[in-house]
Amino acid sequence: MKKTIKKSTIYSLAAAALFLVFLYWLDANRLSQGMLISVLQKGAILALVATSMNLLNGFTGLFSLGQAGFMSIGAYTTAILIIPVRSLDGVYYMNGVHPAIMNLRLLMANSPPFLQSVYPFIALLLGGALAALIALLVGLAVLRLKSDYLAIATLGLSEIVRAIFSSPQFDQITNGSYGLNKIPNFPPMLFGLIPSLITPFIITGVSVAFIVLLINSSYGRAFKAIREDEIAAEAMGISLYKHKEMSFVISSFFSAVAGGMLAMYMRSIEAKTFSITLTYDILLIVVIGGIGSVTGSVVSAFLVTAAKEWWLRFFDQPLSLFGFQVPLFRTGFRMVIFSVLLMVVVLIYRRGLFGTNEFSWAGLIKRLRLKRPAKKEVE
Amino acid sequence: MSILLSTQHLTMQFGGVVAVDDLNINIPKGEITALIGPNGAGKTTAFNVITGGYQPTNGRVIFDGAVIAENCPRSKMKRIYNGSYTEPFRHTVVNKSDVITRLGMARTFQNIRLFKDLTVFENVLIAKHCHIKAGLFAATFRLNRGEERAMSQDALSLLERVGLLESRNEKASSLPYGKQRRLEIARALATGPRLLLLDEPAAGMNPKETDELSQFIVDIKDSFGLTVFLIEHHMNLVMDISDSIYVLDYGKTIAYGTPAEVQNNERVIQAYLGVDEA
Ligand SMILES: Nc1ncnc2c1ncn2[C@@H]1O[C@H](COP(=O)(O)OP(=O)(O)OP(=O)(O)O)[C@@H](O)[C@H]1O
Ligand SMILES: [Mg+2]
Repeated sequence: MKKTIKKSTIYSLAAAALFLVFLYWLDANRLSQGMLISVLQKGAILALVATSMNLLNGFTGLFSLGQAGFMSIGAYTTAILIIPVRSLDGVYYMNGVHPAIMNLRLLMANSPPFLQSVYPFIALLLGGALAALIALLVGLAVLRLKSDYLAIATLGLSEIVRAIFSSPQFDQITNGSYGLNKIPNFPPMLFGLIPSLITPFIITGVSVAFIVLLINSSYGRAFKAIREDEIAAEAMGISLYKHKEMSFVISSFFSAVAGGMLAMYMRSIEAKTFSITLTYDILLIVVIGGIGSVTGSVVSAFLVTAAKEWWLRFFDQPLSLFGFQVPLFRTGFRMVIFSVLLMVVVLIYRRGLFGTNEFSWAGLIKRLRLKRPAKKEVE
Repeated sequence: MSILLSTQHLTMQFGGVVAVDDLNINIPKGEITALIGPNGAGKTTAFNVITGGYQPTNGRVIFDGAVIAENCPRSKMKRIYNGSYTEPFRHTVVNKSDVITRLGMARTFQNIRLFKDLTVFENVLIAKHCHIKAGLFAATFRLNRGEERAMSQDALSLLERVGLLESRNEKASSLPYGKQRRLEIARALATGPRLLLLDEPAAGMNPKETDELSQFIVDIKDSFGLTVFLIEHHMNLVMDISDSIYVLDYGKTIAYGTPAEVQNNERVIQAYLGVDEA
């Protein structure tokens, strides 16, 4: 028993090391691997939101549609705190920056260089904390009610946040409908030992590891009990309200951290970026991966991103075979193919690619030994 | 003999239906008390009110000397109140079922409510969560290894006690019916109760299984120092192991006494007439 545990830890460490080597290789070849890097980075960001959504929907049985809203809170907080001071006037050229923000940013700019290098991370954490606080308040109001209300409340919240961020009243903070730009890319970590290209993978890795540890802790088991049967869970002494609130706050925190990373990735954001379609995209990733599987969410985030933004690009180019112009191949056709593929995947894997299963080395080895095609996976 | 649980004029009315009407029971510590009655008599409803699932319409529930629920008819219910006891209780005391469980009262359900997709072991382990000392972060970072180990060990020894140790890694829903019932009891025991409420634990069991269950209930009562309150239709089981019996019919208590007294009670025989006497 003990030996297998040790073995799997060694495998995991080896896999992580290999991936890290690969990331350093990517960093060395970043000029030629632009598409791969961009897909992997976006995949990593979406993997974190999808996992945090899964914590709520898949593990606690609470249906929330507020991911985009919490992401935008993280994105705006981060952007406001990290756009270089010298660019601020340019970014807010229409209405000017709010003096409070300007003063804070000047204060930050004049602090010692060591602090300067951690500000981006503090900005991500602050964005997360703000989202967590808002989730706490919303939860206070709706989590005591029947679970269905959460979906409606979070959907509403998401739209309200978007409206606030784009409203003229907050022009000096959010720059209204112009959005924010000149957002710096990911910061390097450990004094440049970890190049900025790798940062989002580290943040997502640490965050997902936290969520996995939580899910496997006693509190995570209580979340699952609530998912399985609220009445029974409550009869077993589990406070429904308290545990739902925990799950909701933590999920919102990580959604906002991912939102902050998205701001760094896109370099410019506007309120429209965080419309309800973003939440649907994430929901789709969760469903494809398997509701109740973290592995599923992570794998599916990368697959969906790669398919959508890279592998299917080819369908958007005009194609001529033997001098014959194939119809349909034009901008947008890729999304049609993507939707068809989705339907096929959902039809074959009714409970998502992973169902509620998680990756384990023992499982993988067993699968490799049984050389037969593993069709029975969806159980 | 001290009383562990009692209800005073407990009434539960749904719309116009008075499901439990002026229920007054006393459950002595360390004894097995049964609640019987024909289908729809209000037995499960009484359990639900006692364990905090419903707020009573009128009356009071006292557990170990403390009032855990108290209410009187209000607003619309005041007008349509149909209970036979009309003196209103003045205070309102509400406790959700999780609070009541942590006070030391655990139950099983008539229509089994296990955590179906989780393993047998997890089902019991989850029930130990209600007394966890570590906070969310301590538990996530495994700073409570000792506590976590104690929880698993307790869960395993409970599973051994109910004879489900070999099935510990199976999905709860994959167990045969009889074992699911025993798992529900193990899960209830894992919350560390002083009072155990069993809602038809022998439902769907054959006579042999029922006999084993009777023995099992007496065993766990003795070894865990429990008080047991049970609803059951299998009269053999009830008559064998109960110290006293309450009989409900249409929400009203029609009889109370020892098994021998209740068996010979005219009203009880009438209420059960035509009803299958197993
Ligand atoms: N939530 C509810 N809403 C409305 N009516 C209810 C509710 N729960 C129970 N009742 C009614 O209360 C009455 C008592 O039901 P209860 O389930 O307590 O009976 P029981 O004695 O447990 O019966 P059985 O032996 O069939 O389990 C029934 O008439 C039932 O329809
Ligand atoms: Mg019943």
